[in-house]
Amino acid sequence: MIEIQSQLSERAIELLRLPDEPCLVLDVGCGSGLSGECLTEQGHYWIGVDISSHMLDVAVERETEGDLLLGDMGYGMPFRPGTFDGIISISALQWLCNADKSYHKPPKRLLKFFSTLYACVRRGARAVFQLYPENPEQVSEIFLDAPIIRNGANIVFGLILDLELITQQAMKAGWTGGLVVDYPNSTKAKKMFLCLFAGGQAQALPKGLGTETSNTRPTQVSFSDKRERMKAKHPKKSRDWILEKKERRRRQGR
Amino acid sequence: MKLLTHNFLTSNIIKGVTKGYPLQIMAEKVDVKEVEFNPDFVTKMLPKIDWSALIKAAKDVGHGDGLPEAVIENPESNEEFLKAAHNALMQVEVIEGKLVCPESQREFPINNGIPNMLLNEDEV
Repeated sequence: MIEIQSQLSERAIELLRLPDEPCLVLDVGCGSGLSGECLTEQGHYWIGVDISSHMLDVAVERETEGDLLLGDMGYGMPFRPGTFDGIISISALQWLCNADKSYHKPPKRLLKFFSTLYACVRRGARAVFQLYPENPEQVSEIFLDAPIIRNGANIVFGLILDLELITQQAMKAGWTGGLVVDYPNSTKAKKMFLCLFAGGQAQALPKGLGTETSNTRPTQVSFSDKRERMKAKHPKKSRDWILEKKERRRRQGR
Repeated sequence: MKLLTHNFLTSNIIKGVTKGYPLQIMAEKVDVKEVEFNPDFVTKMLPKIDWSALIKAAKDVGHGDGLPEAVIENPESNEEFLKAAHNALMQVEVIEGKLVCPESQREFPINNGIPNMLLNEDEV
């Protein structure tokens, strides 16, 4: 489970395409800080928000590097404009489609979330949300400027994932972008990421992994550069990686 | 809660609160935790930091000494200044206490270093 979580996080961070310098990232639904650890490993700083005080206490216990807040996404993100260089969220967004309390209105909560999120991120930055793949059939791509009309919601792991509602509310709040699906033809390996852009220059949506490469547009060359750069770092769990982590922790006096 | 986070935090998600900034810190327990000094990150953060809010927050938690009253010129080439900023932003942490909204006086408790920004339904 932890392995899968960090794989999802690493792919989400890759899709975030942060500049090659230390960045401040917001982790929405940070839980015990697994996704944040991936950010730390890549030299970034993060602030995590989660609704579970229990999970946040676990994060404190695990001595994650990020700073933590207890908060509800549906009530908005309480930060000054332009605070973050990027936003990452692993398996958290679909909770907003749920009405856990009788007074919860998912459309209102989604809009509040997306609009306050738009405000607190730097222009041109990205927000990447990993979503559980839905069953049984999955469209391979949805673009916000041409949303596919769908019949209602799909039940996934007891959660209702209403992509149409999510994309509609994100668009209303000013976001552009769309859905990136990795390995769309595999039931096991399929991964979905909602990849949103906050203004700035028009950006091409990255292609999902394991999709046809024949129709790759030249605008995506810069994206593959990023992958090479990241591969150049020490692979996880390798000797160099462990030594580097040990040294870092030692410097911090832990 | 680091003062870096505090510097970005507002209470304007409460209905009727327009600015909600800066939140006042009422600290009961403050810790200084060593964090690796990263001059690039501090330099990058400086233009975004509300310096007067940082000064006030640092003084409120008893760690305002040694922090210049204003951002100096060419801060990136002054390691002493960057280290003072690094200490205030990254190393000073409020463990227990509360944050108070300057407009509504609404209090947000801080427990185990984590500010509780949850609201009640009638506040949104």
